[in-house]
Amino acid sequence: MIPRLLPLAGGAALIALLYLGFTLRDPTVLPSALLDQPFPRFDLPILGGAGQRATEADLHGAPRLVNVWATWCPTCLAEHAELTRIAQATGLSLVGVNYKDEPAKAEAWLARHGDPYQFNVVDAAGELGVDLGVYGAPETFLVDAGGVIRHKHVGAVDRAMWERDIAPAWRALAVQP
Amino acid sequence: MTSVRCLAALLLAVAPALHAASPVDGFELADGALKERYQALIGEFRCPKCLNESLASSGAPIAADLRRTVRRLLAQGTDDAAIRAHLQARYGDFILYDPPLKPSTWALWFAPLALVLVAAAALRMAGARRHAAPLTDAERAAVRRFVSPRR
Repeated sequence: MIPRLLPLAGGAALIALLYLGFTLRDPTVLPSALLDQPFPRFDLPILGGAGQRATEADLHGAPRLVNVWATWCPTCLAEHAELTRIAQATGLSLVGVNYKDEPAKAEAWLARHGDPYQFNVVDAAGELGVDLGVYGAPETFLVDAGGVIRHKHVGAVDRAMWERDIAPAWRALAVQP
Repeated sequence: MTSVRCLAALLLAVAPALHAASPVDGFELADGALKERYQALIGEFRCPKCLNESLASSGAPIAADLRRTVRRLLAQGTDDAAIRAHLQARYGDFILYDPPLKPSTWALWFAPLALVLVAAAALRMAGARRHAAPLTDAERAAVRRFVSPRR
């Protein structure tokens, strides 16, 4: 009796394994290769900065939330209110990477929807995006005061994920010397 | 009919633009050897946005950016291994179609071998059961009674 049920049990186990494999993890979310790595080097113009430029050294000194966004990205608009709330309510410094966008459009977008960013860099060609392993906006990186990437989130930042993922990681940074 | 002719005219009009659109974004590869390496490399990587398309076949903007990155590195004289490492450092093992052998991929590499071993063991067990215990003398006599020709 038991040996006869064995193939059935094996088949069921295989189906369960495949089901878990396809559902446990969202296959469109890539594990980040950049965790605990220094923020990549860059030298890019500041949005609306009249020729001023920023480099990765400008991120040093305080923890930053670096947000990759664009005006062509509807999800970026969807998360904008939450990013604004985070910047106002927590005082965490927000830095934008305006990704593969037109600066004029980006400035108009910020004028219309509010500008919570300390500054934005213009990554028109998407080269900083490639160095950050970005494959779709929005993406958000928590960078510590020493310029090391501590957390990465792909997709919109909302209140629940801020409370669950980014806020604890940020608080852990504040405790460290 | 007119609409078909319109469509044909439109296609003819944009065809040169479509053709020209592919390689003209920065880094041109001059000689044939570099172009061959380029084609081989972009076939090796998976587009990070599209789950199962190579950089060579994907139309996603990120794939175009990564193809340009590969061209730039080739033009700078980077060797193939360093180009693979460059992309892997940014996008992880995900973009490699040929995953490296390491603890987190042991299941991937060795599960087929383990399954073959399990199947072989199962077959052996089934075979062993088929010709198991030798016949007793009584059974042998019974068999002889069945098969022996009648006198």
